[in-house]
Amino acid sequence: MDAVVRELSYAQAIQEAMAIAMDMDERVFLMGEDIGVYGGAFQVTGDLVERYGTDRVIDTPISELGGAGVAVGAAVTGMRPIFEFQFSDFAALAMEQIVNQAAKMRFMLGGEVSVPVVMRFPAGSGTGAAAQHSQSLEAWLGHVPGLKVIQPATPHDAKGMLLAAVADPDPVMIFEHKLLYKMKGHVPEGHYTVPIGKAEIRREGRDLTIVATSIMVQKALDAAAALEGEGIDIEVVDLRTIRPIDRQTVIDSVKKTSRLLCVYEAVKTLGIGAEVSALVAESEAFDYLDAPIVRLGGAETPIPYNPDLEKATVPQVPDIIAAARDLVKGVR
Amino acid sequence: MAGASKAVADSRANLPFVYRQYRPEQLRHVLHKMYLIRRFEEGAEECYMRGLIHGTMHLSIGQEASAMGICMPLAEDDQITSTHRGHGHCIAKGAEVSRMFAEFFGKTTGYCKGRGGSMHIADVAKGNLGANGIVAGGIPIAVGAALSSKMIKTGKVVVSFFGDGANNEGAFHEALNMAAIWKLPVIFVCENNGYGMSTSTARSTAVKNIAERAAAYSMPGVIVNGNIFSEVAEASFKAVERARAGEGPTLIESKTYRHRGHSKSDRNRYRTKEEIDDWMANRDPITLFETELRDFGFIDDQGIQAIRDAVAKEIADGIEFAKASPAPEIATLENYVYTEQA
Repeated sequence: MDAVVRELSYAQAIQEAMAIAMDMDERVFLMGEDIGVYGGAFQVTGDLVERYGTDRVIDTPISELGGAGVAVGAAVTGMRPIFEFQFSDFAALAMEQIVNQAAKMRFMLGGEVSVPVVMRFPAGSGTGAAAQHSQSLEAWLGHVPGLKVIQPATPHDAKGMLLAAVADPDPVMIFEHKLLYKMKGHVPEGHYTVPIGKAEIRREGRDLTIVATSIMVQKALDAAAALEGEGIDIEVVDLRTIRPIDRQTVIDSVKKTSRLLCVYEAVKTLGIGAEVSALVAESEAFDYLDAPIVRLGGAETPIPYNPDLEKATVPQVPDIIAAARDLVKGVR
Repeated sequence: MAGASKAVADSRANLPFVYRQYRPEQLRHVLHKMYLIRRFEEGAEECYMRGLIHGTMHLSIGQEASAMGICMPLAEDDQITSTHRGHGHCIAKGAEVSRMFAEFFGKTTGYCKGRGGSMHIADVAKGNLGANGIVAGGIPIAVGAALSSKMIKTGKVVVSFFGDGANNEGAFHEALNMAAIWKLPVIFVCENNGYGMSTSTARSTAVKNIAERAAAYSMPGVIVNGNIFSEVAEASFKAVERARAGEGPTLIESKTYRHRGHSKSDRNRYRTKEEIDDWMANRDPITLFETELRDFGFIDDQGIQAIRDAVAKEIADGIEFAKASPAPEIATLENYVYTEQA
């Protein structure tokens, strides 16, 4: 009776979401560098240009600042653009339009406009692309009121959160880890949304809460599975949205487990781990803590080219296992 | 030429463009609006000096013909993006000075409910998508608005105002290029008042005329005397026709001058008093237009006085409206950061 569970890759899930969004709403269109016949640097747009034409799948010049601004201008005048950055690192070229314009326009104009633009950022290390094509910059944008910033960790969420982002009246920044693009998972057919601003408990446990983002969710689950045999029972919270952050899910989980480990790929200091740690320390969950809060984040260095160095830059499963074990055994 | 008889039309055949194109009452209204901009700026400056307005502001005194000339051929639903020196553009596109003053006073009745102030003044209902605190910030946004116009087929034309300083920003070049390759209905208007803050265009810009930059993007580049209303309006009229016909963008360089400093902190150390006095005495755009109107018989001294009196009252009433309006409640601080969901 049950249909075979349909699996798609993370990239296919995003592509399907964009197709559904364009089918449902003629205001939706795609812009970005080489997203047309090339199919996008990571083949996320794929053959969409053949199905929707060059008027709705627009190759831009290599002009990140101007392109982002065009998307913002189209969004405030009735369209629903989805703008693809080829690499999240190139956000640095467009920060003016993202931070000074898209994020603030509604506020500066006293609520007279909305800016329903979606921007997609292929992010993260692990591809040997070195320092300018491997960063995790989501916390930069997470610091800006007016933006919403999400990091789907599964194909299911990649589709559902993109569809939620397209329907959202405000600018939504989607950070997609490049190593997730090939990850396969169950993706329902048709239209559905996964809410922005709601974390998801991926694994329930009693001894330790790991709050993870993006690719670190799967790594945390792998670590949790490995520690099961040692009798350590780990809860994994997939944060999914870093602005607005789902404080309550984190607080409730820590109250249950009494220990917190934050795992994220971006540079450790001044990042999402600091925010999650602080929100717990400021909450009633503080009284429940049995151990110091621990952060596992990226090294204080640009991403290096050498593959061994590159791996050593960001938390890996053994690092998470070691940190989790130490926390639960009271070594720290 | 609606409303003008053939005989009247013939008698105007040798006059500059606007006198052939528009009815006398329309031209008298332009003079009214130019005075309104001038007196608004003076009123805002006085309120600032008296401590009624805080922050800073950038006055466009001396640039009134540019704002009015560019907006003359625009329809109400055509759109503009503006600059930090944007009060004149806002009035030219149809805003009410009372709500502008209210914004400067930080009141809830202001166009931005007191959240934007001078540098973000906007009037979305009249097609003004907003002044901008970032030099060249509005240029790509205007191109995006023009892309919407083309995709939704609204027929709207979008004007992006910016200053000479913006022509050395990357956003200017990226935006002009995209507007040209996609043949979008947008007009780029560089109001060259000679100085980006203190740095003259001669020191900052590799080309003699900013309009020459248009060649790099295969669009017409037009230079006009920005202090002569008819010249500006004629260039704008042609650019609007071209945009509406789907032939793409135009770059207009409107050469003008700001009588006041860059902002309230300016000590005018980068230009001479003689230079400022020369522009004020010999090339004031309102004087030039008013003299023309009188010489051509479109208005008499009595008519001019009536306009001045009406503007003075409008400004005084606007300031009173602003003073009497309520300030925002502190509890509303976080409003408008995100769209309120039902």
